[in-house]
Amino acid sequence: MLERRPLVKHLLADRGNLLVVSGLGAPTYDVAAAGEHPLNFYLWGAMGSAAMIGLGLALARPKDRVAVITGDGEILMGLGSLATIGVKQPHNLAIVVLDNRHYGETGMQASHTNSGVDLVAAAKACRFREARAISTADEVETARRLLHASAGPAFVQAHVEAENLARVLPTRDGNENKLRFMQALAKVS
Amino acid sequence: MDPTVDNAASWPDAIYAHFRRARIRQVGYVPDAGHSRLIQRCIEDPDIADVVLTTEEEGVGLVAGAALGGQRAALLMQSSGVGNCINMFSLIKNCGLPCLVLVTMRGEFGEFNPWQVPMGSITEECFKLCGFLTYRVDHPDDVDDIVGAACDMAFDGNLGIAVLLSQRLIGRKVWSK
Repeated sequence: MLERRPLVKHLLADRGNLLVVSGLGAPTYDVAAAGEHPLNFYLWGAMGSAAMIGLGLALARPKDRVAVITGDGEILMGLGSLATIGVKQPHNLAIVVLDNRHYGETGMQASHTNSGVDLVAAAKACRFREARAISTADEVETARRLLHASAGPAFVQAHVEAENLARVLPTRDGNENKLRFMQALAKVS
Repeated sequence: MDPTVDNAASWPDAIYAHFRRARIRQVGYVPDAGHSRLIQRCIEDPDIADVVLTTEEEGVGLVAGAALGGQRAALLMQSSGVGNCINMFSLIKNCGLPCLVLVTMRGEFGEFNPWQVPMGSITEECFKLCGFLTYRVDHPDDVDDIVGAACDMAFDGNLGIAVLLSQRLIGRKVWSK
């Protein structure tokens, strides 16, 4: 079982121009805790939209890599998105699910993955070219590389501890986040 | 394709012409009889990424991602799909993103299916409550003008704009056993 904060910090090390979308709740805090970056787009709501924002970005920026870092509850709310992504087969999109099997933001109620619902099998069934689960430290670097190179859409289910960590709060202002992101992206050739 | 919809009607081509003019590069849709001619135009256009969705709410995320990445996008849906989008529209309002939605209306003029009425009758109000401006089109001659204005307002002003293509414009759905 992995610890989510060191995991996300490792995944985002040497990120270059990786475009990152974080799902609401703990994944947004984890991405912020890994270090502020203008190419981070933090969600605080619109639950279930993270993967599709990633697809829109990936289609718009085919030369850049896009990573969606989200939670099990968030991806479950937009599970059909995996099928939509499977149709388009973006070569530059990776989804990382930090799966703690719980809804941390609402009091640690069990999520569907806690009953054995298999997200990697779902991703494979939806034609993700790479889909794997990781749970040990020696698998993290392989997952990190997947964010930077994959033949088609990639999916990583990271089994993480169900822990409630201190929140690291990035901006909640969607307009500010958008402008910062788009200004930084304009400098990426 | 639904044989009861008049696919010879050319108003969808006027919408498509504005998609070209406005340099729209992504179009999200759930398969729909009323939009079938426009969807086909988009599929055949190599400059447009056509994204078939499992539910309309996915399209709001798609539009947001496209805008963040510097591309223009549009959504095509039926009035019943608008209700699926409501929480996702918070992306458009909170981030000040352009969102052009073209809606084929059901549940109004001569609707045979009462299950289309509850959502169709509140579609425009839902959009307004979510911060969208709405324009209604009843006549084929108005499609060009209204969709052109909607494109300009959405992308020049970073606004949510919905164009409601009335059931009378699309043609009553004739249904037989």
